[in-house]
Amino acid sequence: MPVIYDITLEIGYRYERAAGSSRTLLRMLPPTRVDQQLLSGAVTVSPPPDFRLDRTDFFGNAMTEIAHTAPVQETKFRFQGRVRRSPNINPMDLSCPYDRLPSDLAATRSIDALSPHHFLGRSDRVTPGGDIADFAQSIAEPGMTTRALVQAVSSRLHSEMAFDPVATEVTTAPDEAFRARRGVCQDFSHIAISALRTLGIPAGYVSGFLRTLPPPGQERLEGADAMHAWVRAWCGAETGWVEIDPTNAIWAEEDHIVVAVGRDYADVAPVKGSLRATGGQKSTHSVDVVPVD
Amino acid sequence: MQAETLNDLLAGYTPRSGVADELFAAPGQLRPVWQPLIDHMAGLGPDVLAQRFARGDQYLADAGVYFRQHTASGSDERNWPLSHVPVVIAAPEWRALSDGIVQRAELLERVMADLYGPGRLVSDGLLPAELVAQNSEWLRPVVGTRPPSGHFLHFLAFEIGRSPDGSWFVLGDRTQAPSGAGFALENRMATSRVFFDHFSGSNVERLAGFFRAFRDAANGLRHDGQGRVAILTPGQHTDTYFEHAYIARYLGFLLLEADDLKIDNGLLTVRTVSGPEPISVLWRRLDSRFSDPLELSEESTIGTPGMVSALRQGAVSMLNCLGSGVLETRAMMAFLPRIARTLLGEPLKLPNIATWWCGQPRELDHVRRTLDRMMIGPAQSTRLPFEIDGATVLGGSFRGSAQRPIDDWLATDAPNLVGQEAVTLSTTPAMIDGQLVPRPMVVRVFAARTPQGWTVMPGGYARIGRTEDPTALAMQNGGSVADVWIVGDRPVSRDSLTAQPDGPYVRRAPGVLPSRAADNLYWLGRYVERAESHVRLLRAFHLRREDAGDAETTLIDHLSRFISTFGLDTAQPMPTALLAQFDTALNCAGKVRDRFSTDGWHALNDLAHSAHAMAGTAQPGDDAARAMTVLLRKLAGFSGLVHENMFRFTGWRFLSMGRALERADHTLALLETFCDLKAPAGSFDVAVEVGDSVITHRRRYAVATTRSTVIDLLALDEGNPRSVIFQADLLRREETELPRPEHGPRMTDLGRRILRLQTDLATITPERLTTRRIGGLRRDFAAVSEALTDLYLV
Repeated sequence: MPVIYDITLEIGYRYERAAGSSRTLLRMLPPTRVDQQLLSGAVTVSPPPDFRLDRTDFFGNAMTEIAHTAPVQETKFRFQGRVRRSPNINPMDLSCPYDRLPSDLAATRSIDALSPHHFLGRSDRVTPGGDIADFAQSIAEPGMTTRALVQAVSSRLHSEMAFDPVATEVTTAPDEAFRARRGVCQDFSHIAISALRTLGIPAGYVSGFLRTLPPPGQERLEGADAMHAWVRAWCGAETGWVEIDPTNAIWAEEDHIVVAVGRDYADVAPVKGSLRATGGQKSTHSVDVVPVD
Repeated sequence: MQAETLNDLLAGYTPRSGVADELFAAPGQLRPVWQPLIDHMAGLGPDVLAQRFARGDQYLADAGVYFRQHTASGSDERNWPLSHVPVVIAAPEWRALSDGIVQRAELLERVMADLYGPGRLVSDGLLPAELVAQNSEWLRPVVGTRPPSGHFLHFLAFEIGRSPDGSWFVLGDRTQAPSGAGFALENRMATSRVFFDHFSGSNVERLAGFFRAFRDAANGLRHDGQGRVAILTPGQHTDTYFEHAYIARYLGFLLLEADDLKIDNGLLTVRTVSGPEPISVLWRRLDSRFSDPLELSEESTIGTPGMVSALRQGAVSMLNCLGSGVLETRAMMAFLPRIARTLLGEPLKLPNIATWWCGQPRELDHVRRTLDRMMIGPAQSTRLPFEIDGATVLGGSFRGSAQRPIDDWLATDAPNLVGQEAVTLSTTPAMIDGQLVPRPMVVRVFAARTPQGWTVMPGGYARIGRTEDPTALAMQNGGSVADVWIVGDRPVSRDSLTAQPDGPYVRRAPGVLPSRAADNLYWLGRYVERAESHVRLLRAFHLRREDAGDAETTLIDHLSRFISTFGLDTAQPMPTALLAQFDTALNCAGKVRDRFSTDGWHALNDLAHSAHAMAGTAQPGDDAARAMTVLLRKLAGFSGLVHENMFRFTGWRFLSMGRALERADHTLALLETFCDLKAPAGSFDVAVEVGDSVITHRRRYAVATTRSTVIDLLALDEGNPRSVIFQADLLRREETELPRPEHGPRMTDLGRRILRLQTDLATITPERLTTRRIGGLRRDFAAVSEALTDLYLV
């Protein structure tokens, strides 16, 4: 059942003493894809930048490059728009046993954006191995289908880890968060990605939104106050990509609105900037996702 | 007699069997192309030869050629390890080799264009997807980029060796940011000095033509002849910084660091003292991944935000394009032979080292079965086959302590591994302990793209093993380097980089001065001057301490307190803080080595080293005073070199202004403390002495030293090069020669501040220059420094 949302995302920074010019990359605009349509909306910047270029990155995410020539003490990046979400998860698990993935992978001769080959091994923020690898191995059982294993990893993480908005920071390594068994959606997602890659399942990162208030009678999901993150995993040539939210241990369906996909957070950070600033810095981040009746 | 000396020379030269040798084609059969050089060496005899070798070493030392040795406790600069005997190769053989190099360069260009374009090599099954997709040097943000020059690759190097059957093969492709071409030039300079009376008549092909072709090609890539060509270096702490500085000077390119650059509305510019200047060609010596912290490695602190964007928008031609490091991957070697047949329709003319990627069952099997002849290592590594580390299996056993069953390793890690045929390199003569002995070698060959196609340097950069073990080739392991002579039948014409067709003499327009370079020169001037004043102060202190013995006098206390305001501890005969100033000065000079004379660099190095050496031995009192006198003499030597021999280009003005500002401040501080009404007896003499004006004072004022005479001489006398007004005059003169901001006001804030200071100093009398006024003047000079920094240096 498709749902239409009105969405506002606002990220702001304030610097005590900013110096020189700055460049910023924004990945804040939800894409249009099979299960989601951007009906209207745009990313705006204040103060108005001296340079702006809108394009898509390697993985097809909308990306805005901006530059401010003069020092800015305060910047605001804002997305406001309307998105239609219509996910369609197959109720039947037709994915291959996970130990048969290598032959499916070998037959996938592609390095384009959809290729699963990008999503194995190391990436900037995820280095498979260590405790997470042991954890992953302990979940896998011979003969398990890939999709079932993805779900099992997500569920085990959800039960072992506590959601804790103050335990970690945006730069915390997955291994560290896993040792503490605490973290936010970014940590849950990175740990799940690391675990899945250990098992040979291509896995990537999805940034996006959750609806702010649950439908009547349902529980409020964790991570609805800010941008959210979840995981996509490749379940073989036949099934392709599935998306799962380990923070809430559910498949990403109509409550989840996609903004960007990549190998890990480094590929999808909503705001990446270069600014020389000394002294204090304050940031604000707010999300509002309201279904349109 | 001739035969006898020849026998002596070659007495210890016994090539191993089963190995090709450069000197001997077969036992007892000297290759004809070597004969003239060997005869020449034999004729010189061991003693003269040793003198000649020393001559080459002296050249390298004078030229300041060094390499950075990494040790457990850090890294330092070591003498350049030249093996004086060149590798001699016959011209016809070299030409065949060059054909193979050109073909390979062309092939790599096609592979690169495909990996960053349609990706057909992968979809057609010629290259496994995972080798590309999981390669950290394959840069997704670069995919889809079309270089404005039309090509991705412009300057390449290839590591080649000779197999036992005498044929050449490629051990590694250096496509990222190959180094060594500048070192090859320096090796040539040194070696041609060693054999100065032989070289000119020996038909050795010259290197200058290659560099000229590359320089002209780079200049030709500029947009409509506008914009500049620059070398992008990671900075002075990189292993090959010397080469970057050297080749920048040799080719007339700017030497820039990431911080110098800015991307502005799709233009790449360098911040210079005359404002932003466009850069349209960048010879990148910085690894791709570190080039842009926004789109590439987030952790990079040596990148320029927006570099990828500038490349994508066609603002800059990059030699080589970002992402070219992917071609260096070892595993790539396993697929290139087949790719060549498909893309070029012909086999490789120059084979590469036999390589098997273990991610394929058949290849894995082959590696397993021939373990004893295999070197097994990481598939994605870009290291050369002879750069072996702990995680490498050679001949069936691990080189490092990573002991684990090899079968196990191959079973679990196969896709991350390659097997490469264990290399057997040819040997070439090296003089070790007065004996010519055979040592393994590889040669780095260079290729540059020109409008007429690829051109190969007729020569190269040979690396020679310290022992017979081919894994000891790397300089870090004690290996040495040698020149490579391509020798033909016909005399070659003398050639140099500046060879030009006949025509009117052209004076090159002055280059631009990047703000960072100006900043370093400015601070170099300040730090050297600061160190000099402190050395004078310390000398005055120790002399008085010696005179007073252990009895502390008020004046010594006063002096000691004054010295400690500069962070110097008078209890230390050679204060740590003073050593730090020398190091900082050296660091500033190191960052502008392309703009700094070798002699000046040596003088500064000597100064810093001497000071450090004295720190261990100097005793308080007379001994320390003498040490300070030695340092003052060395400082004067350095200043002399800088001020007498350096051309008055813009950079010099910044150095000079830095020195003047520092000197003014220090003299004022001295007057503030030692000409104060409350200063203890003897203070005036300290001021005159530290102000280096004792003789002048005695001549000029036939009276006792008074506050007025001291102030008159050290602050207000335009004829005294140590006086404050002299510094103000100098600042004014230099300031008027600096570039003006375009469309700016006639007089800048900086100019106004200097003029005001100059006027104040010209009109005030010693009596009215109170301690309070002196403090005010110090603040005024500090404001000049700030204005200068704001206008030119940030």
